[in-house]
Amino acid sequence: MKVETKYFGTVEVDAEELISFPHGLPGFESFHSFVLLPVDELGTYFALQAVDEAGLSLIVTNPYIFYKDYAFDIDEQELSLEKPNDVAVYNVVTLKDPFEKSTLNLQAPIVMNVRERIAKQVILNDANYQTKHPLTQSNKGGESHARP
Amino acid sequence: MLVLNRKEGESVRVGDDITIKVVGIEGGQVKLGIEAPKHIGIHRQEIYVAIEKENAEAANVSENLLNLLKNTKKD
Repeated sequence: MKVETKYFGTVEVDAEELISFPHGLPGFESFHSFVLLPVDELGTYFALQAVDEAGLSLIVTNPYIFYKDYAFDIDEQELSLEKPNDVAVYNVVTLKDPFEKSTLNLQAPIVMNVRERIAKQVILNDANYQTKHPLTQSNKGGESHARP
Repeated sequence: MLVLNRKEGESVRVGDDITIKVVGIEGGQVKLGIEAPKHIGIHRQEIYVAIEKENAEAANVSENLLNLLKNTKKD
């Protein structure tokens, strides 16, 4: 099927690649079908593109590249998760210019069941995680080695 | 908006399967106990709004800005 995208024009997507968000995303509750499109060659960033709205695309990334100790509890039942391999986690990047000001939303991870292709943006009740964590940690001290 | 008076220990039933109980009242704060099916999302309003706002901000990216990512090198 053809999907009109915000950043890549019209792309061809297999129906199996679609990701279902039964509840949509906070602020975008009426969009339930998305696809992940790679942005950079290294596969660090993806565009989470709404299938029915070309203008809706969020940049997401694997949070563990940046915050290796990131941890939270998952409700296995809700996403029908059976084994650890079923789970993929992506967090929304808020891009800024200059790039150093970009942030990562650790308070609301997108948890996906890669087997069933269903996902949800979970809202954590953990004071350690907020909506704007630095994406580059150059200002931090020696404790963080996730990224220079 | 429906406004109800409830005392500590009393509840409100919403629909068939949601119960909200006033567990405690102390110092201008009300502690609520909420029983609802798993699929019903329950969030502090201001936190949900903060996530909505962050998603909206994150969605508002120009193509120029996206090019920053393509030029970013990894470790």
